[in-house]
Amino acid sequence: MANPYLPVPMTIGNIITETDARDIKTFELSFRDESDVDRFDYVCGQFAEIGIFGAGECPIGIASSPMDKGTVQFTVKRAGRVTRSLHSCEEGMEIHIRGPYGNGFPMEDMEGSNVVVIGGGFAFTTLRSLTKFILHTENRDRFGDLTVIYGARSPGDLIYKYDLSEWANRDDIDLFVTVDKGDETWTGREGFVPTVTEEVAPSSENAYTIVCGPPVMIRFTIPILTELGFKPDRIINSLEMRMKCGIGKCGRCNIGDKFVCKDGPVFTYEQLMNMPQEY
Amino acid sequence: MEEKIIDKSEIGPLLSKLKESYQVIAPVRRDGDISFERIDSADEVVLEFSNTKKVPKSVFFPQEEVMFVYSRSESGTEIKEPPLEQAASLLFGVRPCDARSFSLLDMVFDSEDYKDIYYIRRREGAKVIGLACTSPRQTCFCTTVGGGPFNHDGMDLLLVDLGGKYLAEPVTDYGEELTEDFPAAADADKQKRDQMRENAEKCMKPIVADLDDLKNKLDTGFESDFWDELHTKCIGCATCTYLCPTCHCFDIYEEEEDNNSGYRLRLWDSCSLPLFTLHTSGHNPRPSTKERVRQRIMHKFNYFVTNFNEFGCVGCGRCVQNCPVNLDIRDVISKIAVSS
Repeated sequence: MANPYLPVPMTIGNIITETDARDIKTFELSFRDESDVDRFDYVCGQFAEIGIFGAGECPIGIASSPMDKGTVQFTVKRAGRVTRSLHSCEEGMEIHIRGPYGNGFPMEDMEGSNVVVIGGGFAFTTLRSLTKFILHTENRDRFGDLTVIYGARSPGDLIYKYDLSEWANRDDIDLFVTVDKGDETWTGREGFVPTVTEEVAPSSENAYTIVCGPPVMIRFTIPILTELGFKPDRIINSLEMRMKCGIGKCGRCNIGDKFVCKDGPVFTYEQLMNMPQEY
Repeated sequence: MEEKIIDKSEIGPLLSKLKESYQVIAPVRRDGDISFERIDSADEVVLEFSNTKKVPKSVFFPQEEVMFVYSRSESGTEIKEPPLEQAASLLFGVRPCDARSFSLLDMVFDSEDYKDIYYIRRREGAKVIGLACTSPRQTCFCTTVGGGPFNHDGMDLLLVDLGGKYLAEPVTDYGEELTEDFPAAADADKQKRDQMRENAEKCMKPIVADLDDLKNKLDTGFESDFWDELHTKCIGCATCTYLCPTCHCFDIYEEEEDNNSGYRLRLWDSCSLPLFTLHTSGHNPRPSTKERVRQRIMHKFNYFVTNFNEFGCVGCGRCVQNCPVNLDIRDVISKIAVSS
């Protein structure tokens, strides 16, 4: 019987400092043991427990696309004990992960449909995984139009600038990047994500929308999506919660009878409307 | 299966025989209390007790357990699970409420999706010999939550104290095998047992008339006003959860021994404590005792029922007996059941 609590060893590869404040970094990890590569078979929207011995573990969404075999990326904000410890790690060092956990985005259901990705701030990580997955040559034909609306507080707070500039040059994705407030170098769009969503007005016809961001952004975006005709079962969210085990045993991440770690973290807005407002 | 009679003088030799193949865990007097401990000799065993303060679930789910030890070297980190070098457990003298809690914990830890090997390796092959409650405590309410003072759930064998002897009711093949050399119970013994069972059940009248009603009230009662009132006494000490036979929440924690080695362990944790759900950002989805009391009640009487079709409470009454502010879970559920 395999022990789900045993982590696998990873080597830290490339580390990208994403933000001007240097508080968000992307870590590329590779498996030290080849046999773990296939065991860590994940879908977009899943997460893993990242562990640093001596500091502990914390759940982090997977930021890379499942198409990028052999390595896994996590974009991590420096916030607590484990993430502080991770931020002080350097290329070549060993850390451990457990997973993948959670249900992930309903990628198969979305095939054949248009996809509208709406992200705010640092919650863009698993949306980046999803966007990269859809844009992959082997997958692009299986999805309809792809619209991505992404906002951050300031230009320096935008993550994945290298991806954004690449996506901006493609004709198979409609990308709208916005900041709450620009600076002297910013020539792009200004405005909050809900407002930009209203301006862009993506069609709800044969479409799914995936919305991840701070609670305030979600609160103001959902009425706009509803106005645009998106039904609650076509609006998809991903939640965060304090977690320990990741497998529905330790008892802290539940919302009602659902555990965010194993029944989520991805829920439709329809599901959320029927769950207690305790998150 | 045939009911047998075991004279009380036979219990010592029986325990000694069982010790040859199992680590026998039974109620003993320890630190001024009676608790379930691994016995060295049959003489230690105390079978005249109401119930233990601490729960026997710790045999399968210890309050603190090392998950693995790690040590770093030049070539990488080695992770080692501590081996479990012990014979299978045999629990002797377990009350029906506690025996039933094992079946509920099995649903959580031995579920289809993820197997909790730390629990399973202690639970596998374990045997449970129960002891019927002929005189339940005033705080007992097993009959309210679908149990009973003479119930068999989670047991291999149930013993009923008839005075100088036990009537033994085998539940599993193992229970039958264990009692095969003992004489059959006479009709008079069985009648006496029936009478005792009736008396025990009678003194524990169910406090909620309709259990489905309780579940249904809670289905729609998350935002109900009754939570505003119910939690006010609670001081959030978590005693109820640490003494609960069905609570299964835990924390995962690390201890460093030196710069290159340490261990990861798990410890019982409690939904009554504010840190349980506190996010790193400072946000807490259950910020006050109101939300935390609600979580405890909802988990046991609604969420657990939805997920496993059983109440997550066996009615042992430990939380009632030991709450420092007399917050009585029986009052809580009866108030909810009759609320409009």
